[in-house]
Amino acid sequence: MPEGIAAILNALPYLLQGSFVTIVVVIGAMALGLVMGVPFAVGQVYGGPIVRRVIGVYVWFFRGVPLLVLLFLFYFGLCSLLDINLSAFTVAIIVLGSISSAYQSQIFRGTILSLPEGQLKAARALGMSDTRAIVFVIIPQALRLSIPAWSNEYSIVLKDSAVTYALGVAEIMARTHFVATRTYQHLPLYLAAGVIYLLLTYLGVKALRMIESGTRIPGYTR
Amino acid sequence: MESEPILVVENIKKAFGPRVILKGVSMAIRRGELKVLIGPSGAGKSTFLQCINFLVTPDAGEIRLEGRPIHHSRKRELYAYRQQVGMIFQDFNLFDHLTALDNVMIGLVRVKGMDRKSARERAMAEIERVGLKEHAGHYPAQLSGGQKQRISIARALAMDPKVMLLDEPTSALDPELIGEVLAVIRDLVANGMTMVMATHQIGFSRAMANEIIFMEDGLIVEQGPPSVILSDARCERTKEFCSKITELYGEAS
Ligand SMILES: Nc1ncnc2c1ncn2[C@@H]1O[C@H](COP(=O)(O)OP(=O)(O)O)[C@@H](O)[C@H]1O
Ligand SMILES: [Mg+2]
Repeated sequence: MPEGIAAILNALPYLLQGSFVTIVVVIGAMALGLVMGVPFAVGQVYGGPIVRRVIGVYVWFFRGVPLLVLLFLFYFGLCSLLDINLSAFTVAIIVLGSISSAYQSQIFRGTILSLPEGQLKAARALGMSDTRAIVFVIIPQALRLSIPAWSNEYSIVLKDSAVTYALGVAEIMARTHFVATRTYQHLPLYLAAGVIYLLLTYLGVKALRMIESGTRIPGYTR
Repeated sequence: MESEPILVVENIKKAFGPRVILKGVSMAIRRGELKVLIGPSGAGKSTFLQCINFLVTPDAGEIRLEGRPIHHSRKRELYAYRQQVGMIFQDFNLFDHLTALDNVMIGLVRVKGMDRKSARERAMAEIERVGLKEHAGHYPAQLSGGQKQRISIARALAMDPKVMLLDEPTSALDPELIGEVLAVIRDLVANGMTMVMATHQIGFSRAMANEIIFMEDGLIVEQGPPSVILSDARCERTKEFCSKITELYGEAS
């Protein structure tokens, strides 16, 4: 067992660097998912039949195809077909972000639909265009209500990011695997990796909870 | 001797699917008049009011503001028209994520394009006018129903509307809060605001309205000045309805 502890301590700086890579991948993917997911949700709620249909197909595709398939499809398939040179790191963010945008769009769609219809009516009655009403009245409220579900999505993306090791992204999982195969200390090292993931989940959820209470509307309970 | 009507609404029809809600409703209102819409629940009063500012798109009919017909399919024209027609809702519809002050400011800043400083001054003036200066920084969830409705009136007034539509502004309020909202509306009447108001407040209407319009099943059944419509033997339907309403809701005016 002392060897195990020594192996963890030796590998720790290397694994923590991997945590940094994981964090950047996850934040990048969540941000991309947010930036794409909000307009998708708006399109699904307020858009015409064609827009809704196109977004529906997008969501169906990215929720339906396994992550590993999508990673290989983009990295080995699309990138060479289109002859573009993207790093595994970039592809990881794009693929995780695209998948997350599909899930996030459904979170935002739900919260937009949960807002009272009178909010949009009141904005229109002031002479506000629908676009402005959505930007200044609907989205600020929907985003606040989405934080609990968003924190759930964060923990899923965090865990999914481990799969990007298959592309050789130097994140926690890839580094753990690398050290473990060289030192044969599989048990302690994968335990350490698990603990790092748990810690990252804990910290992320905690941070989102702080954002949630920081943006809470006084007097508003829901 | 009388001036031209400021708002003319002609032959508005509306159906939701197979259900015909408005079967041709017309109304003309002059500057400074208060017209009160009464009628049983489901008569189509809310639908009619929302057709006037196209929150509900009428199937047929014409609306003219100061003689100009409104083409609601032209977005710019529609938005410009709605700025001139204030709307007060039964359940207030304040923007829940904004303070009272920001609720009143948002139209000035995001619709009229006013700078924030002038918008704040104007908004504060309207909030003072409805007597809620101390509550400007509060969120809707921190206000009583009566205060919410007064802020929603301030929000509409800040846009300098030529006409205001009020859809049962006191129906969602506890009885003891109705008076403060009616006082604000009475003030608007005194200042010459042109208004169409659906309400069950018969006493208030008797005292303040230029005309009472009784609606039932998507049609205007009877209409006339309160003195006539509430007492004349020919207006049997209206009188019967009003006495029922008075029994049901009591009077707070
Ligand atoms: N968006 C809608 N879709 C279908 N039916 C509606 C809609 N809005 C109102 N109605 C129906 O129209 C009728 C008139 O409603 P409303 O205008 O609210 O009457 P009032 O305000 O006089 O009580 C009601 O029967 C109501 O169910
Ligand atoms: Mg109604």
